[in-house]
Amino acid sequence: MAQTAGGGGTLRIGMTAADIPLTTGQTDQGGEGMRFMGYTVYDALINWDLTSADKPSGLIPGLATEWTTDDTDKTKWTFKLREGVKFHDGSEFNADAVVWNLDKLLDSECAQYDPRQSAQGKSRIPAVASYKVIDPMTVEITTKEPDATLPYQLAWIVYSSPANWEAQGKDWEKVAYQPSGTGPWKLASFAPRERAELVPNPDYWDNTRMAQLDKLILIPLPEPNARSAALMSGQVDWIEAPSPDTIPAMQANGFTVSSNAYPHNWTWHLSRLENSPWNDIRVRKAANLAIDRAGLKQLLGGLMIEAKGFLPPSSQWFGNPTFEVKYDPEAAKALLKEAGFDDTNRVKLKALISPSGSGQMLPLPMNEYMQQNLADVGIDVEFVVVEWNQMINLWRAGAADPGCQGAQSINFSYFTQDPFTGLIRHLSSALIAPNGTNWGHYSDPEMDALFSEIRTTFDSAAQDDVLRKTHEKFVNEALFLMVAHDVAPRAMKPTVTGFVQAQNWFQNFSSITMKSA
Amino acid sequence: MFSYILRRLLLVIPVAFGVSVICFLLVQIAPGDPLTSIMPAEATAEEQAAMRAAYGLDKPLPVQYAIWAAKLVHGDMGNSIASGRPVASEVFGAVKNSLLLAVAAAIIAFPIGTILGFTAGYFRDTWVDRLVTGVAIAGVSVPNYWLGIVLVIIFSVTLGWLPAIGAGPGGSQHWAWDFEHIRYLILPAITLSVVPIGIIARTIRALAGDILSMEFVQALYAKGMSRGDVLCHVARNAAATALSVMGLQIAQLLGGSILIETVFNWPGSGFLLSNAIFQQDLPLLQGTILVLAMFFVISNLVVDVAQAAIDPRIKRG
Repeated sequence: MAQTAGGGGTLRIGMTAADIPLTTGQTDQGGEGMRFMGYTVYDALINWDLTSADKPSGLIPGLATEWTTDDTDKTKWTFKLREGVKFHDGSEFNADAVVWNLDKLLDSECAQYDPRQSAQGKSRIPAVASYKVIDPMTVEITTKEPDATLPYQLAWIVYSSPANWEAQGKDWEKVAYQPSGTGPWKLASFAPRERAELVPNPDYWDNTRMAQLDKLILIPLPEPNARSAALMSGQVDWIEAPSPDTIPAMQANGFTVSSNAYPHNWTWHLSRLENSPWNDIRVRKAANLAIDRAGLKQLLGGLMIEAKGFLPPSSQWFGNPTFEVKYDPEAAKALLKEAGFDDTNRVKLKALISPSGSGQMLPLPMNEYMQQNLADVGIDVEFVVVEWNQMINLWRAGAADPGCQGAQSINFSYFTQDPFTGLIRHLSSALIAPNGTNWGHYSDPEMDALFSEIRTTFDSAAQDDVLRKTHEKFVNEALFLMVAHDVAPRAMKPTVTGFVQAQNWFQNFSSITMKSA
Repeated sequence: MFSYILRRLLLVIPVAFGVSVICFLLVQIAPGDPLTSIMPAEATAEEQAAMRAAYGLDKPLPVQYAIWAAKLVHGDMGNSIASGRPVASEVFGAVKNSLLLAVAAAIIAFPIGTILGFTAGYFRDTWVDRLVTGVAIAGVSVPNYWLGIVLVIIFSVTLGWLPAIGAGPGGSQHWAWDFEHIRYLILPAITLSVVPIGIIARTIRALAGDILSMEFVQALYAKGMSRGDVLCHVARNAAATALSVMGLQIAQLLGGSILIETVFNWPGSGFLLSNAIFQQDLPLLQGTILVLAMFFVISNLVVDVAQAAIDPRIKRG
C-alpha cells in the first residue's frame, strides 16, 4: 500500500559508535555505520529484504531492477537500473552515476576518488574487474573470474549523487555536511561526534518503504552505562546493545527489549599449522562437545543462541550436518582418549582473546567459562589476552605470525550474512593469511572445490544448496569451536511502534512510528 | 617583572619542542595499527599498504615527525584518520567544551574547597577539622567516574531531574547560557569538582593552620586587630600557594576528565582523547595530547606570573 512520509514523531537512537558514521556514501563504523547511515540515506543496486523477522533476509532489487549474466561469459553481468529514481538533490540516478560511484571507490586516478570511502568499499567488491555504461539505464560489470557471489558484494555499495559532489565544489568534506543519496531518509544536519538528524525523503522511489517518522536522530553513545542511563532517563528512545546486566532493570521499568537471531557467530578459529592439536578431528569434536552452551547462555542472561554449527540454526544455509554440536563431556573425554590424550597427557593449547571488541559479546567471562569446560574434559587452555585492535592485526597476520605467540586458536566473532564474508574468506586456501583472512592456514582441496562451486553456481536456489553442503562440511569436520550466536539486543521505549527486527545486520527504520506516551 | 615574564616565556619554547617530540613518540609506542579501525576486516595487505602510504605512515619516524612538526608550525595539525576532519577543529572544539565544564567545576570547587580548608585550618585538631579532613580525603579517594554513575542513577534515572548525557538539548554547537543548557552541566561539573575540592581543602587547611600559628598573627591579635582583619592577612599570605594549587587544578580539570566525560558523554577533550586512543587515531591523539600538554605549560606560566605579582619574593628568586 502506498504511504506518505512523516507524521510519526521523533525517534532518538543511542548508537554504540563513537562518531557519526561517514555521511558521504560508503560509510565507516562497520555494520552499524551501514545500518544507520548507509541504508537510510542511500541505496545499493541490490538491497536486503528487511521486512520479515521470521526468516533470514534475502536480496531484493534496489536501484537495479534485474541483473543477469552472459550465458557464454559468466564474468559479464548486466544490471538494468530503476527508472525515475532521483537523488535527494533532484539529479537523476542513471548508469553514469553507477560508473561514477564505482570509480569513486576503485579508480585512484579519477577526480572523485575518495580514499576514505574507498577504504570502506573496495574490499567489499573484490570480484569487480571493470564496469561500463551500456545505455543510460544499463550497466555492465565484469568480474575477474566467474563469481556468483557478486550480488552479495554489490549489496555493500551505496550510491551518492555526482551532481551534488560538483555542487559542493568537488570537495568530499563539504559533501559530508550536504550529502545526497537516493534513500528513504535525507540527512538534515549533523554535528561530529554528537548527533545526526535524518528526515524523510518524500520523493522516495519505494512507496512501501516511505519513512513514517518526522525525524530520526542518531546519537553516538559508545559507553554502555551512558547508553542505558540515556534510555532510562528519557534522553533517547532506543539504544543498541544494552549490557546484559541492565536488561532486567529495563524490562522491569517497562522498556521493550527486542532481539532476534541474526547472521553472526562467536567462535574460536583454529590453527591448522603443523603440530596444532586441532589437526586431529577427534580433538576438534571433543572441544565442541565439551562446551556447556546452556550454562553460557545463562551467564549472558539468555542473550545468545546456542551454536549448533558455524551458522545460526535458522540460517537458510544451515543444511543437515551429521555431527551434532551439543554438550556431552563424556563423549568428549572418550574422543580425547581415542586420540591418545588422558589425565597424564592432557591437550595443552593457547588461545588469543581480547577483553572487548565489536561483536565480541562478553569475551572475558565467556572464555573463562569455556576454559573451565575444556579443562573438565582434559584440554588445558592458556589465554594470550591482547587489545582488540591488536587482535584484528594478529587475525589478519595469521596463526604463523610471531605476534600470535604460538596460539593455536583465536576467539573471533564473525559476520555470516553473505557467502564470501561468512564462509569462503575463513577457509579458502587462496586466502591463507597474510594474503587473506584464513587465519588458521587451513587448506583442503575438497573445501576449495565447494567454494569454487559457490562462485560458479549462478542459480540462486542451486547456490543455496552448495552453501548448505559447505556448511555441513564446516560442522561435520568441526572446523571451528562453535559456541554462540549473538541476538543483537536493542532496548527501546514502549512508545516505539512498528519495528520489525529483521534477521540481518541491517534494519528498516521506515516502518517505525512513535506512539504518544 | 617584565624580564621575569620574558624569561618564563622563552622557557616555553624548549618545553613546547620537548612536549611535541614526546607527544609524537609516545603514541608510536602503542601496539596496533591506526588503519585497523578504519578499514574493513576484508581489506587486503595491498589495500592496507596503499592506505598507509596515503597517510604517510610508511615513512621513517623522523620523517613523519619532521612533516608533522613542519605542518604544526603553520597551524596545521593534520587530519584525523578516523573521521577525516581537521585535527585542529576537532581538538579546539573539544577543548572549548572541556573548558566550559572545567570552569563550571572550578566555580563549584574553589569556594567550597577554600571555605572547607580555612574552616579546618582555623579549627585545627578539633572535631570540625577531623570532619572536614574526612570529607576532603573522601573527595580525593572516591573514584569520580563511580560517583558520576551514582549521581546519574539518583538524579537522572530515578528522580528525572537532570539529564544523564550530552551537552545541551541541541548538542554543544548550540550551547547557550540559560537554565535549559546549564542543566546539562550540573552533574558532570559536580562530579568533576569533587577531587579539586578535596585537594584545595587539604592544601588550604595546612597553609591556614601554619600561618595561624605564626608569630605575626599573634602580634596582630596583640595589636587589637579584629578576627576578621587577621583572617584577611592570613588569606593574603596563603594566596600565592593557593593560586598555584588552583592553577594546576584547572589544568587537571581540563585534561584529567576522560572518565567523567565518557560517563556523561560530554564532547570534551577527555572524551575525544579516549576515542582517539580507542580508534588508534594517531594524528588526533597527537594533536589532543599536544594541546592539553601545552595547556598545562601555559597554565603553569600564568600561575607563575600571577604568583610573582602577588608575592614579590618569587620574582627575586
